[in-house]
Amino acid sequence: MEKFTSHKALVAPLDRANVDTDQIIPKQFLKSIKRSGFGPNLFDEWRYLDEGQPGQDCSNRPLNPDFILNKGRYQGAEILLARQNFGCGSSREHAPWALLDYGFRCVIAPSYADIFYNNCFKNGILPVILDDKIVNQLFEETFVSEGYQLNIDLSSQTVQTPSGESFSFEVDEFRKHCLLNGLDDIGLTLADADSIRSYEAKRKETSPWLFGVVK
Amino acid sequence: MKPRTLYDKLWDDHVVKQREDGTALIYIDRQLLHEVTSPQAFEGLSLAGRAPWRLDANLATPDHNVPTENQEAGVEGILDPVSRIQVETLDANCDKFGIVEFKMGDSRQGIVHVIGPEQGATLPGMTIVCGDSHTATHGAFATLAHGIGTSEVEHVLATQCLIQRKMKNMRVEVNGDLPFGVTAKDIILAIIGEIGTAGGTGYAIEFAGSAIEALSMEGRMTVCNMAIEGGARSGLVAFDDTTLEYLKDRPYGPKAEQWDQAVSQWRDLKSDEGAFFDRVVKLNAADIKPQVTWGTSPEMVVAVDAQIPRQEEEADPIKREAIERAYQYMGYKEGLAITDIKLDRVFIGSCTNSRIEDLRAAAEVAKGNQVASSIKQAMVVPGSGLVKQQAEEEGLDEIFTQAGFQWREPGCSMCLAMNADKLGDGEHCASTSNRNFEGRQGQGGRTHLVSPAMAAAAAIAGHFVDVRDFVRQQS
Repeated sequence: MEKFTSHKALVAPLDRANVDTDQIIPKQFLKSIKRSGFGPNLFDEWRYLDEGQPGQDCSNRPLNPDFILNKGRYQGAEILLARQNFGCGSSREHAPWALLDYGFRCVIAPSYADIFYNNCFKNGILPVILDDKIVNQLFEETFVSEGYQLNIDLSSQTVQTPSGESFSFEVDEFRKHCLLNGLDDIGLTLADADSIRSYEAKRKETSPWLFGVVK
Repeated sequence: MKPRTLYDKLWDDHVVKQREDGTALIYIDRQLLHEVTSPQAFEGLSLAGRAPWRLDANLATPDHNVPTENQEAGVEGILDPVSRIQVETLDANCDKFGIVEFKMGDSRQGIVHVIGPEQGATLPGMTIVCGDSHTATHGAFATLAHGIGTSEVEHVLATQCLIQRKMKNMRVEVNGDLPFGVTAKDIILAIIGEIGTAGGTGYAIEFAGSAIEALSMEGRMTVCNMAIEGGARSGLVAFDDTTLEYLKDRPYGPKAEQWDQAVSQWRDLKSDEGAFFDRVVKLNAADIKPQVTWGTSPEMVVAVDAQIPRQEEEADPIKREAIERAYQYMGYKEGLAITDIKLDRVFIGSCTNSRIEDLRAAAEVAKGNQVASSIKQAMVVPGSGLVKQQAEEEGLDEIFTQAGFQWREPGCSMCLAMNADKLGDGEHCASTSNRNFEGRQGQGGRTHLVSPAMAAAAAIAGHFVDVRDFVRQQS
């Protein structure tokens, strides 16, 4: 997993509440057995005017000119500004894979669905939570000033605007540590293998019917 | 000892190690696997040179991609080559690592959330995960069950644990007797209408109260299944005699003296008197009517006798905009009554409503009637091969086919349209599934979530009708 330390980049505003993971990456693309290659199909139904198929070359498909990511001024954006309950619905990790593959390293929203939020951290994406009012302000600033960039610093847990205004955000210590260092948390858990084994031995004693049956 | 909630107890029982940063290593008793969210996890495991920690904790089946026709042909019967590769990959991974899988053609194959309980692979007191958000279903058995992403599927395969932070406790209490014609599906849709699609974010929801206690296990599964549509990763119901009766003689359940030992442990799987809940929501069962979603989020739901809400009635600007978008997507004019919505297709199935009681409820309405000629397709997709067998023994398949419904083979089917079953652009569908998001059932498709009886009545009328009136008129 790629580290996330600080990131200064162009912001794209997606001004909709309750964006679900079916919108982020529609079901037909979940048939892939890979982790990569989902970027061209990010927000597929909103981004293109035709119906996308897996494996298709997207470069010649008709773009929806009204969709925000298709506007020239937001090309190259790496920070997605979003509304409440972003990433609700299906647990598909293909959603953060698609965001990452497209180029987004950070999402800013007032709230997220739990599973999506968790999935972001596993893939080097930082989901920042800021107060509704601040998110509103960022939307306004993004709309009025072309080339609007934000600087996200994970160590200091701050979002800095071009005018120098700074907003702090909360993030779980463990998740922060893993993101800052690009750590694979399976390795960390396996460092506790002895604890897992002793828990398991005890559980086998108290609830033996949970073991050795499905085989 | 301080009184604890059911969720507190399940959490405490599974803590392998509490960490100083507030997270804990939680032991996972059961992982269910399917073809869509597991291939990258198996690949990760192989690339890191790791083996599954505990094989017998896992159970796999293909469900999302499987066609609902010609299943006896096995994987060869999947016409879409991309879907076929995904199912073949699951088969190959399970064979390679030695994980039990109910493959296509096995009568035990079906939707993961149907087969777990059916086989007794879902047992009270367990922690259960699956790379699927509707894993919440299993909470009906007093388990701590929730959906995870593929990285966590790999984490559980490799370590049998997850790194978690404890959620908050919410109690949703539904008291009183459910009126005639009102079902578990209507309860959960009404709850989502009340708390909103993010109302349960950060919580484990325990469903309680006399109306929940009166539900069968299948009804409780329907309720817990859609906890995620209310934002909660987990839904829970306390263990009681209804749970116990359901679990007797299940293939993977405890037997003989282990059964008695298990039951005595399970008896404690309920919230203690006076346990603290961060939030409590109460609904009166008598006030619940058959529900129909009208928009593109499960919270956009009203009773069947209502009109589609008007935009100007909503004060919150973000919600007003969402209503406006939903109007546009669904192709409505202002002031339409729910019963005026004309339908093109009807889907009875999914992990929410594809169990035998769901099929019985739909068949009772369908019996002796005919699907309206304006309906292009009305399909019934049982949740597993065993549900299908049972329904056929009861003659439900004949009732459906005589009424003009298609009787299909088990899988997720049109709930998310990863197989060939999907809606066309602009088509309205009465669906017993769980999500009415834009494009969920096919690009441009317009989904309305309802109970199985409501779906069957809608198929016959060609538009939504109040199933209570429908049944009264029939009798």
